[in-house]
Amino acid sequence: MSSYSLNHLRQLEAEAIHIMREVASEFERPALMFSGGKDSIVMVRLAEKAFRPAKFPFPLLHVDTGHNFPEALAFRDELVERLGERLIVAPVQELIDSGEAVEDPGAWPSRNRAQIPTLLKAIETHRFDALFGGARRDEEKARAKERIFSFRDEFGQWDPKNQRPELWSLYNGRIQMGEHIRVFPISNWTEMDVWQYIKLEEVDVPSIYFTHQRDVVTRMGQLMPVGDAPFQARDNEDVEIGKTVRFRTVGDMSCTAATESPASNIDDIISEVAGARASERGARMDDKTNEAAMEDRKKEGYF
Amino acid sequence: MASPSPAASFDSESYLDMDLLRLLTCGSVDDGKSTLIGRLLYDSKSIFEDQLEAAQVASLNRGDERVNLALLTDGLRAEREQGITIDVAYRYFATPRRKFIIADCPGHVQYTRNMVTGASTANLALILIDARHGVIEQTRRHAFIASLLRIPHMVVCVNKMDLVDWSEEVYEKIRDDFEGFAARLETTDISFIPMSALNGDNVVDRSQSTPWYDGPSLLHHLENVHIASDRDLIDPRMPVQWIVRPQSDEFHDYRGCAGKVASGVFRPGDEVMALPSGLTTTIESVDVGGEAVEAGFPPMSVALRLKDDIDVSRGDMICKPGNKPMVTQDLSAMVVWMSTTPMTPGKKYAIKHTTNSARCVIKELTYRMDIQALQRDESATELALNEIGRVNVRVTKPIFCDTYRTCRQTGSFIIIDEATNVTVGAGLITGTND
Repeated sequence: MSSYSLNHLRQLEAEAIHIMREVASEFERPALMFSGGKDSIVMVRLAEKAFRPAKFPFPLLHVDTGHNFPEALAFRDELVERLGERLIVAPVQELIDSGEAVEDPGAWPSRNRAQIPTLLKAIETHRFDALFGGARRDEEKARAKERIFSFRDEFGQWDPKNQRPELWSLYNGRIQMGEHIRVFPISNWTEMDVWQYIKLEEVDVPSIYFTHQRDVVTRMGQLMPVGDAPFQARDNEDVEIGKTVRFRTVGDMSCTAATESPASNIDDIISEVAGARASERGARMDDKTNEAAMEDRKKEGYF
Repeated sequence: MASPSPAASFDSESYLDMDLLRLLTCGSVDDGKSTLIGRLLYDSKSIFEDQLEAAQVASLNRGDERVNLALLTDGLRAEREQGITIDVAYRYFATPRRKFIIADCPGHVQYTRNMVTGASTANLALILIDARHGVIEQTRRHAFIASLLRIPHMVVCVNKMDLVDWSEEVYEKIRDDFEGFAARLETTDISFIPMSALNGDNVVDRSQSTPWYDGPSLLHHLENVHIASDRDLIDPRMPVQWIVRPQSDEFHDYRGCAGKVASGVFRPGDEVMALPSGLTTTIESVDVGGEAVEAGFPPMSVALRLKDDIDVSRGDMICKPGNKPMVTQDLSAMVVWMSTTPMTPGKKYAIKHTTNSARCVIKELTYRMDIQALQRDESATELALNEIGRVNVRVTKPIFCDTYRTCRQTGSFIIIDEATNVTVGAGLITGTND
């Protein structure tokens, strides 16, 4: 490439850094949503690019479903330790215990919906006025229309038909008391961009993204992990022992499917993503409920 | 629908040479815009099987005869129900040469504000024309907005050529009509491609149906259009966003003026000036993430460490002593109005320009642009939703700006309603009005 040119990853990086600095400047109490998944790990790297050698001007916030992969939790703690940044954990279990959040019915239900009140309570408790999320517009078609600065009313709701126009890189972060903004610095990244950036920057990710042996069952055409308490096979399900799999996303264990894969390093994953014929969210049971599942959850305050 | 797959040939290193093209698609419900985008995504393997399956199921439920590629892109429930695109949607695809970001905009006149939003960040505009209807009022409006927002490249897709028997004559007539009218626009790079998005002719591969056309397919054009020189590397401008100031012993003296380079190049040793103070110093180093890089240039986000501890804060502008932006409180600008409450002269608003927030008053509406007839209406007294006009604005404090023509970043602003906090207008600076 000629001099003074940036490849697509560096351009996306520059955009994300700019967004993070705008938020740090214009809001009083931002926080960065951190799940231990690759997208939030990339966000942390981008925050380092934006603010080092100083500390981040915001804490990390983990909405803990209690259904985490142990590998992801260990990774989270190690990363936070190494960064020397502040982590706030908001446990979904606490709200279920107090009756403020309700679990979906059924055996080993997803806690996706129970995350919503947990997140909203954390926002209220800590009076966060801006939350960084690692959502990308390529993930799902309702997200394709979401702004980088996504306005939420006092109930945390998203109104897709009444979004602020977002022009150039001039973000309008003005809010009233009680309202907040969700900010998505990697909106314009794809799954491929994220992996390429992880390679370019030599970013560490949790081991479950790489191939390993795991006990799984086939449920609704998806390979679901079992064996890690409390997730067990249901009565009529046959457990396949030690299947060679990896995960494309690190979500709630109860609704995150594995894919058969021998990919053992980032290059393997990049090749796999290039050839993949199923979307990343295709491995999320929670999006299969109906055609507008994501749109509905987002309106209620989901990420 | 299977076709060659550019995406499959990614290898692990070549991506380091990929660049990024942001494009805007404009067209109406029936031009086949969503179909074209669905085709680009599908043929570049950016549509996954589960997304295609969902579109197949939805097509069946609606009673469509074949898979409706438009259903891949219409994201909100209301849009799928009404079969129209309401909002700007962003789509992504990549080939081994480039990553593409599509701002998919509704074409109808009542969605002008959405098109302006999509156009504000685009390098290239795709304008769809239905070959059966030729250049219509809407085509002219789209081309005008693309030109107003200074999108440097334009591609006119003459679509549905299969419905006019691939007639060269029809294509030439449309091309002549468009060129005749585009002579009045400021976009100089305009290409024309005859195609059928539905069948994929001239979208990814050259079609057998157009032996008389010797240009590239759309994808080939998008991969090769020269965008590197669209940036201004001459006039150094960096609006200051944030000061990086570590509260630690190790970096006790570190102080970085952080911002996104709007134009020009900043190198260590360069003499720079900070506005509004007018104080000058030299650049000690250009940092990203606390580590020095060779230079800062657009669109990089950097932190400049300066030799002297001069007073710099958010809202200031770093430039060079011999190359400064305008410093003014009185702007003349084109404004696109985006609110159902009209803009009226005399009213006060909040304004955001680069990293500066202030208040402003609209002093005068010089004329309203009739975007259907492309004529000026000097008798206009207000701007309603989706209307465009020339205004004079007084800002409560000096801003550091260039004309929009010179620099999109320092030449643009947004107008915000102070009562509702909603963005109500987009401004393109044409000059000062002192």
